[in-house]
Amino acid sequence: MNIPMSDLFSQYKVDDFFDEMFSAPGAARPHYSRLLAAFKEMRPADFERKRDLAATSFLSQGVTFTVYNDDQGTERIFPFDLIPRIIPAAEWETIERGLEQRITALNLFLHDIYHGQTILRDGVIPKQIIWEAAHFRPEFMHFDLPHNIYIHICGTDLIRDRDGNYLVLEDNARCPSGVSYVLENRQAMKRIFPGLFSEYRVRPVEDYTQELLNVLRYIAPLDAGEPTVVLLTPGIYNSAYYEHSFLARSMGIEIVEGRDLVEQDSTVFMRTTKGLRRVDVIYRRINDDFLDPRVFRKDSGLGVPGLVEAYRRGNISLANSIGTGVADDKVVYHFVPKMIRYYLDQDPILANVPTYLAAQPDDLNYILDHLPELVVKAANESGGYGMLIGSQASTAELSDFAGRIQREPRNYIAQPIVAFSRSPSFCEDSIKGRHVDLRPYILFGEKVTIIPGGLTRVALREGSMVVNSSQGGGSKDTWVVEEEGGAE
Amino acid sequence: MAGGAPKAFASGRPLALQDMLSRVADSLYWMSRYIERAENDARILDVNLQLLLDLGSEVDAMQHWAPVIASLEETDLFDSLYEAADERSVTEFLTLQKDNPNSIFSCLTLARENARTTREQISSEMWEQINRLYLFVQSEEAKQLLASSPHEFFVRVIIGSHLFQGITDATMTHGEGWDFIRIGRLLERADSTSRILDVKYHILLPSGEQVGGNVDTIQWMAVLKSVSAMEAYCKLYVGQVAPWKVAEFLITHREFPRSIRYCVDSLDTALHSISGVDESRYGNEAERLSGRLRSDLDYVTIGEIFDSGLHEYLTMTQERLLEVGDAMYATYCASLTAS
Repeated sequence: MNIPMSDLFSQYKVDDFFDEMFSAPGAARPHYSRLLAAFKEMRPADFERKRDLAATSFLSQGVTFTVYNDDQGTERIFPFDLIPRIIPAAEWETIERGLEQRITALNLFLHDIYHGQTILRDGVIPKQIIWEAAHFRPEFMHFDLPHNIYIHICGTDLIRDRDGNYLVLEDNARCPSGVSYVLENRQAMKRIFPGLFSEYRVRPVEDYTQELLNVLRYIAPLDAGEPTVVLLTPGIYNSAYYEHSFLARSMGIEIVEGRDLVEQDSTVFMRTTKGLRRVDVIYRRINDDFLDPRVFRKDSGLGVPGLVEAYRRGNISLANSIGTGVADDKVVYHFVPKMIRYYLDQDPILANVPTYLAAQPDDLNYILDHLPELVVKAANESGGYGMLIGSQASTAELSDFAGRIQREPRNYIAQPIVAFSRSPSFCEDSIKGRHVDLRPYILFGEKVTIIPGGLTRVALREGSMVVNSSQGGGSKDTWVVEEEGGAE
Repeated sequence: MAGGAPKAFASGRPLALQDMLSRVADSLYWMSRYIERAENDARILDVNLQLLLDLGSEVDAMQHWAPVIASLEETDLFDSLYEAADERSVTEFLTLQKDNPNSIFSCLTLARENARTTREQISSEMWEQINRLYLFVQSEEAKQLLASSPHEFFVRVIIGSHLFQGITDATMTHGEGWDFIRIGRLLERADSTSRILDVKYHILLPSGEQVGGNVDTIQWMAVLKSVSAMEAYCKLYVGQVAPWKVAEFLITHREFPRSIRYCVDSLDTALHSISGVDESRYGNEAERLSGRLRSDLDYVTIGEIFDSGLHEYLTMTQERLLEVGDAMYATYCASLTAS
C-alpha cells in the first residue's frame, strides 16, 4: 500500500448514511478531528506495520473465536479495525441513563412475571405473549433470588439511524458475550497508538472485571461468608472459550466445566486435588437448557445434575438467573418501553426500533404486505440466525418466510430496515464506510455499572448490516472521550 | 490512594484459590509431558540424522531407523503408515505426522490444548510461548525448514521447550500447579532417557558389531549428545566413551538433569511438596512408589544393571515410572472418574 493516508481519507465516501466520523464529505465531526489529523500524517508503511502488530498480538495471545464446521483450523482471530469509534461524553451520558433505566425495568419485569404478574393482570402485556415465550420458566414462579436481581450482566445492542439517534435493537439478557474483545482491543490500541491516548482523555474500561467480580460476590447466598465464585464454561470447543478463560483469569476465579462440579445434599462442590470444595456463586456461560440434565435437556453433558435443586434451595447463586430469556424474547422486546412507563413511571430515554408483531392481526397483515421493506426475525434466535432481510431476499425466500410467519405468528417480529450508521474502516487498500452497532455491557449488582463505550462491531463485508463474528463481522475500539473542543 | 491497605487485603481473604481442580492438575501435568515429549522427539531425530552423516555407508538405513521406532513402542502405528523405515519416513512420522499422536506436531497441539483449559492457572507468558511454538509447527515455514535444514527445525523445537521451562520457573507461582508441571516433565524425561539408552541396545543387537569398535564409540557418543550429556560426561570420565560408563552416567548420576536418578529424585521431591509430607516418609501410593524407585536408584550399581540386562532394567524402570503416574492420578484426580 503506497497511497498516502490523507488521500485515503479524502477519497472517503459518506453516501446516504449517518457517518460516525464525517458530518459531510471531508468535514470531520469535532471529536474526531485530532484522530483524523494523526491518521493522515501516518506513513502508509507505518500504518501497515501497526496493523500487523495488532494481528500478531491477537494471534499470539490466542484471542480467537471458534468457527463451527470449518476444517481450516477451528480458531480465528476476530478481525480488528484500527480506526476507533469515538463517543463524546455528553452523548454517552444519555446512553448510560437510558441503559440504566432499561435494565432496572427489565429486572422489575422479571420479578413481577415470576411473582404477582401485575403487568399481565393490568393488561399492559398480553398474557399469551409471556406464556408462549420459549424461555419463560413457570417452574420458577414465586422463587426468590438474592436482592431480587435476575439479569446481572446484560449486553444491549444499539444502532444509530440516519439522523444519528441511538435506538435499542435488542437486549441480550442470557449470556451476552464479547466483553473480552473490548478489553483486549483497548490493550492493543494503547500499545499501538500510545500517542493518540495522550491527546484524548479516553475513559478507561479496565476495571470491568473487578466490577463483575463485585457483582458476583454481592449475589452470593446470604450465609456464604467469603463466597467461592466460579465461571462455568461449556469447554474449549465453545466459540467463546477464550472469553471465559480471559474473564476467569482477570477475576482470579476458577474456570470449571460441568464435570468439575458435583451436587451433594443440594449443595454444589468442585472436585479439587484435596477433595470437594463448596461453590457459592456460578457465573455460568451455559444457557438454561444445558444447565442440569435432571431438569432441562436430558442429553446435556455440559451441565451439573442436581444444580437446579441446589439453586432452588438457595445454596447456590447463578448469574444470570434462570429464566431471564423471557426478557430478551424479541416479542417481549416490543413491550420494554411500556414496562419502563409501567414500573418506573418514566418516559423511555432510548427508543426501540419500531416493531411489528406477527401475533397481532393488524401487524401481521402489514408485515405480509410489506415484506420486502422489512427485516423479519425469529423471536428466540441470536447470532444473526433465523433472520430475513427483505430487501436482499429472493422471491422464494420471501414466500418461504411469509409461510413461516403465518404458521407461527408468535415466533416472528418485523422491523423496518434501519440504515445503521457507518464508520470509516480499513478494507484491503482503502478506507470505506462500514455499518456499525454498539454493545455496551451493563452490570447490575449493588449498583448499576456500565462499561464506558462497549463493543463496536463492524460489518466488514460491503453493504452488509450483519455484524456477528460468525458472519464476517469485526470490531473496533470504542472511546468515550471527555469533550474539550465544544459541541458539534 | 495514598496510605491505607490495598483493596485485596481489606476484603479479608486473598482472591486466588488455594485448592486446585483435579482436572486442571491433570491438564497441567499433560501439558508439560507433551512439551517434553516433543523436545525428546526432536533430540532423538536430530542426533540420529547426524549419526547417519558420521557413519556414512557403514550402516544401512533400515537397521538404523527401525530401532528408533521400536524403542518408542510405535512400530505398529509406523508400519500402518509407511512401507519402510528410512530417513524420510521416520522424520515425517516423528515431526509433522498428524496421525501419530506422539509426533512433535501432535504433542505441541495437545500441549496447547491442555494449556488452553488451564489458562487461568498458568502465566500469560507461558501461554504465549506455548502458542508461539504451536503456531510455528503449524506454519509453512516449519515445513520448509524441516525440508531444507532439519537441524534448525529441531533446534527451534528444543529451544522452544527450554524457553517454556524457563518462563514457567520465572513467572509461575511455585505452588501445587507448578509441582504438577514439574512432575509431568520429569516423568517424561526419565522415560525418554531410558528409551534413548534403549535405542542403543536395539541398534547393537541385530548387527552383532564388536563392542568397543569405532562405530560403537560414535554411537555411544550420539546417545550422550541426544541428551546434551557429552560435555558433562567428558568432564567426569576422562578417556574413551565406554558403554557401561555412558549407561552409569545416564542412569545413576545424581546431578545431571537428564539422568534417570536425577529425574526421580526431583519427582519424589515434587510429589512430597504437593502433599506436604516429609520426604523421609510417604503419604500416598504415588509417594511410596516414587520413594522406592528413588532409593533403588540410589543404591544400584552399573554392574548389577548389566548383569540383569540393560534392556530388561530399562523396561522395568519404564514400567515403574508408569505406575508412579497412575498412582498419582488415583490420588489426586480419582474424583474425575468416580461418578
